Amino acid sequence: MLRYTLKRLLSLVISLAIASLVIFTVIEIAPGDPASFMLGMNAQPETLAALRSELGLDQSKVERYFAWVGGMLTGDFGTSYTYRTPVADMVAQRMWVSLPLALYALTLSTLIAFPAGIYAAARRGRAGDVGVMGATQLGVAIPNFWFAMMLVLLFAINLRWFSAGGFVGWDEGLLAGLHSLTLPAIALALPQAAILARVMRSSLLDILGEDFMRTARAKGLSARQALWRHGLRNAMIPVLTIIGLQFAFLLAGGIIIEQVFYLPGLGRLIFQSISARDLIVVESVTMLLVFAVIFVNFCVDLAYAAVDPRLRGRT
Amino acid sequence: MTRSLILGGLLSAIFTVAALLSFIWTPYGYEALNIPARLQAPSMTHLLGTDHFGRDILSLIMVGARTSIVVALVAVGIGMILGIPLGLWAAARRGTLVDEVIMRGNDLVFAFPSLVIAILITAVFGAGAVNAIIAIGIFNIPVFARITRGAALSLWEREFILAARVSGKSSLRISVEHILPNITNLLIVQSTIQFSLGILAEAALSYVGLGAQPPTPSWGRMLADAQTMVSIAPHMALMPGFAIILTVLGLNLLGDGLRDHLDPRLRVARS
Repeated sequence: MLRYTLKRLLSLVISLAIASLVIFTVIEIAPGDPASFMLGMNAQPETLAALRSELGLDQSKVERYFAWVGGMLTGDFGTSYTYRTPVADMVAQRMWVSLPLALYALTLSTLIAFPAGIYAAARRGRAGDVGVMGATQLGVAIPNFWFAMMLVLLFAINLRWFSAGGFVGWDEGLLAGLHSLTLPAIALALPQAAILARVMRSSLLDILGEDFMRTARAKGLSARQALWRHGLRNAMIPVLTIIGLQFAFLLAGGIIIEQVFYLPGLGRLIFQSISARDLIVVESVTMLLVFAVIFVNFCVDLAYAAVDPRLRGRT
Repeated sequence: MTRSLILGGLLSAIFTVAALLSFIWTPYGYEALNIPARLQAPSMTHLLGTDHFGRDILSLIMVGARTSIVVALVAVGIGMILGIPLGLWAAARRGTLVDEVIMRGNDLVFAFPSLVIAILITAVFGAGAVNAIIAIGIFNIPVFARITRGAALSLWEREFILAARVSGKSSLRISVEHILPNITNLLIVQSTIQFSLGILAEAALSYVGLGAQPPTPSWGRMLADAQTMVSIAPHMALMPGFAIILTVLGLNLLGDGLRDHLDPRLRVARS
């Protein structure tokens, strides 16, 4: 297990190094100089030079790359060009919207997918199974931002159960905060729930054909008892992997949904920074999201190997 | 022929025909503004209603289908043209450094949150259909490389490949002449899936303003326009949404149907 962990850790570090290089390069070749963008067309050359040196733009590319990576490692994500505040503070603030939203959506997706997948597997080939599978086909075909708009139309505009957008903030209390994240979380969860339900079903169906399930039935358990006691536990391994991957996806995928609901999360921060050409913010937030995804994948790999020792031999 | 093959084929065909037809005919000109007729609900004169500029939504959806199909098609093409040779190469050199480098590179691209990177690319290099194609296409490469390698690896163990090697064929010739024809079905099925994902990705990018730019109509932009109008003209949001859902659903069903039709053994591989 130690050898496997070290190997995974090495590949995590290499992935992150390459990812940071790619992001840095893309931002570097972006047209336009942030300093002249900030000061406008009529800036004095001396002012421009002063600002460039203040922002570190007069250093070589290599120096700036290492300054950026070194800073990120110590929690210094740079200073926003437009707001003149540390990017780390902006991220920390926005994180309190994006992270709970992803967790909320993950919870909903799991709560929908588990019963649906188990029900479909237990009713394999019958009307219930066909119904659930049809619904999941539809679930993966619906763009989540369109579904979000439909939720707004129905629950915010017509029924007035929820507000159409914005976030009240956690100061208003946990329930009020969750209430304003409910529609975005449902929109975000829908396609994920459809995928998860399909994985749950197929994983259970694989297990139901195993010898130990037949043994469980032979010793007198009913089909339902065998499913709950032996089937589910074994079917969970692939399902948990998908849940891990989905969390990473929900964190990154939330950026579109945040646009629909005008939520002040990381996604909106990226879009606002793009239009303000605040590239240091775009750079650091992108890196952070990539890190989150790669790190969650890494944890899933380790958890998977801990549960199933056969995997440790492979890479 | 299964039901999903027929239904999926039919839906895909309808949107392809609509897109092709839009080159020579649409009910109304898609650029024709007609302010007095704005925000009309579906009627006999405008089957799917009109938007906030009085443009005919059916015409916009037909031309928008063109944008979606072209972007998704070229993005899948990029993935196939680069991914399949990489996968074949990795399989032919299995176990060597080449294989290792290709597969680790694949893992790396897979690990990136595709949407975030697509947004980064289009944001930095400018919004537009071409950059959207590149951004979506990059993430198709590892998909095709991985599936090609996986299928090719098992073929390399087969007797007929051994016979080809004994007859002195190079691994390049074996890959092209024997491996590739035997995995075509698998690749066709995967390409319909990637095609449907491409349509969804294009819609998402256009929706946030990073896809095709005005005046080129696209489904995602129609939805972005509809967002502020959703309370007074819900049909503006409903119609392009239905277009996306039916197209994606059609392609997914077509993929499922083709898989069962072309090779029943594959049913186990993806369920």
